[in-house]
Amino acid sequence: MDLRTILWIIGMGITAGTPLLYAAIGEVLAERCGVLNLGLEGLMLMGAITGYMFASLTGDKWIGILAVIVISALLGAILALLMVTYRTNQVATGIAFTIFCTGLSALIGKPYIGVVATDTFKKIRMPFLDGVPMLKPIFEQDILVYIAVILCIAAWFFVYKTKAGLHLRAAGDNPATLDSLGVSVYKVRYIYTIVGSILAGIAGAYLSLAYSPSWIEGMAAGRGWLTIALVNFALWKPQNTITGAYLFGIFYALSYRLEAMGIAVPSYFLRMFPYVLPLVILILVSWRAKQKGSIAPKTLAVPYLRGSK
Amino acid sequence: MSPTADLVVAENALELRGITKTFPGVLANQSVDLTIRKGEIHALLGENGAGKSTLMNILTGLYTPDAGKIFIHGKEVHIRNPKDAIASGIGMVHQHFKLVEELKVYENIIIGWKEQGWLLNQPVLVKHIADLSARYNLPVDPNITVRDLSAGQKQRVEIIKMLYRNMEFLILDEPTSVLTPQETEKLFVYLREMKTQGKTVIFISHKLNEVMEIADRVTVLREGRLIRTMDKDQTSPKELARMMIGREMETIAKIAIDKEVRREPVLVAEGLTAKGDEGQVALKGVSFTIEKGEILGLAGVSGNGQSELAEALTGMRPLEAGTVSLNQKEIKGATLHFIQAGISHIPEDRIGTGSIPSFSCIDNVILKSYRKPPIRRGWTLNHRKAEEIGGRLLKEYDVRMSSPNTPIKLLSGGNMQKLILAREISCGPKLIVAVHPTYGLDICAVEMVHNYLIQEQKRGCAILLISEDLDEILTLSDSIAVIYKGEMTSKKHRNDWTIETLGCAMMGIPYQTEESADVTN
Repeated sequence: MDLRTILWIIGMGITAGTPLLYAAIGEVLAERCGVLNLGLEGLMLMGAITGYMFASLTGDKWIGILAVIVISALLGAILALLMVTYRTNQVATGIAFTIFCTGLSALIGKPYIGVVATDTFKKIRMPFLDGVPMLKPIFEQDILVYIAVILCIAAWFFVYKTKAGLHLRAAGDNPATLDSLGVSVYKVRYIYTIVGSILAGIAGAYLSLAYSPSWIEGMAAGRGWLTIALVNFALWKPQNTITGAYLFGIFYALSYRLEAMGIAVPSYFLRMFPYVLPLVILILVSWRAKQKGSIAPKTLAVPYLRGSK
Repeated sequence: MSPTADLVVAENALELRGITKTFPGVLANQSVDLTIRKGEIHALLGENGAGKSTLMNILTGLYTPDAGKIFIHGKEVHIRNPKDAIASGIGMVHQHFKLVEELKVYENIIIGWKEQGWLLNQPVLVKHIADLSARYNLPVDPNITVRDLSAGQKQRVEIIKMLYRNMEFLILDEPTSVLTPQETEKLFVYLREMKTQGKTVIFISHKLNEVMEIADRVTVLREGRLIRTMDKDQTSPKELARMMIGREMETIAKIAIDKEVRREPVLVAEGLTAKGDEGQVALKGVSFTIEKGEILGLAGVSGNGQSELAEALTGMRPLEAGTVSLNQKEIKGATLHFIQAGISHIPEDRIGTGSIPSFSCIDNVILKSYRKPPIRRGWTLNHRKAEEIGGRLLKEYDVRMSSPNTPIKLLSGGNMQKLILAREISCGPKLIVAVHPTYGLDICAVEMVHNYLIQEQKRGCAILLISEDLDEILTLSDSIAVIYKGEMTSKKHRNDWTIETLGCAMMGIPYQTEESADVTN
C-alpha cells in the first residue's frame, strides 16, 4: 500500500467515523450523568429517515437537520420519561425502543426507497490544497465532519470547565450528593438524555444525507450498538471519542479497501471486522478496569430515587 | 452572635412544632417540638431508630413531614426539598458523606452553588476555598481528589462546603463515628470555633461522653418522641442514658478471660497480600495468629484493608501471596473449602453478603447446612426437615419475624443479625470472622451479639473481631492489632494499649506527645 492509499483510507475513515463521533459525544454525556441510552440504534434510524424525508420534501438539507433535531428531542424526552421518571430498566427500555424505531423507520421510509434527495451534504472543495492533492481525501470533507470535531472539543470544555458540566459528572457518580445540594438530578438526566438523543439523530441523518445519500431500511447497520462500545473505549471522556470514532471509521474503510484490492479473504470476513473490534475493545476496557479500577460512572444505568440507596 | 448573648435570653433561631412522620409500619417522629437557640451547640441524643436522622432529614428537605411546622427566627418556612433547606440556611454533614469521590475538593465544594457563574475558574475558586479554610482553621487542599482523603479530611470538606454557602445552621449526623479519637478532638475544636463565629450547630449522636463534652444543650429522643431538652450542666450521663433507653443502663459485664483454655494457635495467616476492588494493593503481607479461645480485635479506620482481610480469610477474595492455615492445615481455593474447614463469617454487609434478601428466613438460616443430610435427601431438599431444623434455630436465637417464610429483607437489622449469628454459630466453627457485627444495632441487640461472641470464645472458638467502634474492641478483645493502609501492627494484649496509642496507630503515625501527634496535614 502506498502513501496515497493510506491517506485515502484515513480520509475515508474520518467520513465513516463521523456518525459514530456524533452519537458517541451524545452517549458520553448521557452516560456521564447516569443514563445508559441503548436506544441509539433506533434513534439513528429515525434520524436517518426523518432527515432524508424532510430534505427531499423541502429540497433543503438544513431543514432536514432541523426536523431531525425536533423529532430526536421528542424521542429523547420519551426515553427520559421512561428511564428517569418511571425508572424503567434502562437496558430493556433501550432495546425495546430500538426495535420499535427499526419498524417505525421502515414503515415511514417505504415511499422514500429509491427517491433521490436533491440537496445533500457534499464535500467542500479546497482549492488551496491543489498543490498537495494527496491531502485532499483527508481535509476535503463535508461541513458536518467539521462541526463534529468542534462539537467534540466543545463537549470536553463543557464537561470539565463549566458548572453545568460539574453537575453532569456529579449526577452520574453520586446523584444523592447532587440532590442534597439542591440540584435536580432528574433535570440533569433529562437534559442529557435529550441532548444525546439529538446527537444520535444527527448521526443517522449524516448517514442518509452525507455518507450514502439515500434511504435504505436498517441503514444504521449496527452503528448505534458500536457507539456503546466506543463510549467504553473512550473511557467516558468526550475528548477521547474522536480517536475512537475515527479508528472505527478507518477499520470500515480498510475492510472495503481490502475487498476492492481483491485480497484472498472472503469479503464477509472483512466486513465482519468493524463488529469484532468492539468485542476486543470491551475485553480490553474491562481488563483495564480490573487492573486500575473502573472509571465508568458509578451509577450508570441506576435510576435515581431520593431517599433510597 | 452578639457578645452579650449569654446575658440576655438567647433567641430561638430554629423551631420545630408538632413534626410527625410515618413510614409504612413505623412512626418515625411523633409530634416533636424542638427549639434550637442561636449560636449554640445542640446535641440530639438517641439510639438507632429513635428518629434523630428522620427529624434532620425533614429539616434538610429529604423527607416531607406528615404534619408539623418549621420556624426560622419566628417565621414559618416550608422545606419541600434540599433546595429550600439550603435557601433557609440549613446545611447537613451526613454520616455517609455526600461527596463525589471522583471529583476534586474544590469541585465538590461548589456543586450546586447558586452564585457560581457558568464557567469554573479553578485558580480563583481554589484561592477562595483556601482562604475560607484558613479562616475557620480547617486545613484542606482544594486540589486533591476526594477519593484520596481520609475520613477526617472528608468531613472537613463537608464542613467547608456548608461554610462556603454561608449556612447558618450546621447539622452533623454522628460525625465522630468515622473518626479516630484524635480527629474527634480536632472536630470539637472546629465546632467551638464555628460557634464563636456565630453558627448554630446541631450535633446528632448516640455517644454520651461526646455529648457531655461538646453540647450546650441536649435533647433526648426515644422511639420517635422528644423526651426532654435540657442544659448540659443540669444533667448527667446517667440521667441521659436512662432517658435514652428508657431504663437503667446495665454495664456490660467485663469478660473474665478463661485461662483454662489451652493456648494453641488456631488460625495462622502468613504474608497475606491481596488486591482491593479498585485494583489497588489492599493487603500488604499481613501475618498474625489467633489462638484457641482468643478474641483478636482489629482496629482501624474503615477502608484500610479490613474488608479485604475478612474476605481473604473466608475465601471470598483471591490472594496474590500468602497462606491461611487453620489448625496447621492450609486452606485455599473455593469459599466452600473455608466453610468446610470451620471458618464462619459474620459479614459487614448483612443484606448483600450475609443473606439472600428475597429468600425466606428458613432458607437463609439453612444456607450452610443444606448440603448435608438430613436436609439433603439425595439430590433434593427435604423441606420438612429444613423447616424443622431452621425453625428451631430461629426460635433459639430469638429471631422475631411475622413468619419463618418472611423474606429476610423485611427483618430489622438486629433480627437479621441474629439470624446470621444462628447460621454461623450453630455449625460449631473453629474461627469466626466478625466484621462490624454490631453496626447500626440498638443497645439490646448489641448486648446480645456480644454475649454470643463471648459464649463462642468460651467454647474455644478463635474470633477475629473487626470493628470501627473502639469501645467494642476494648470491651471484647483479649488482644488488639491495628490495620493501616493494608499493613497490620503486631498484636498486643489489650491492657498494653491506650486510646491514644490506638488512635495513633490507626492514623499510621508513631505515638509520641500531643504536639507531635498533630494530624492536620
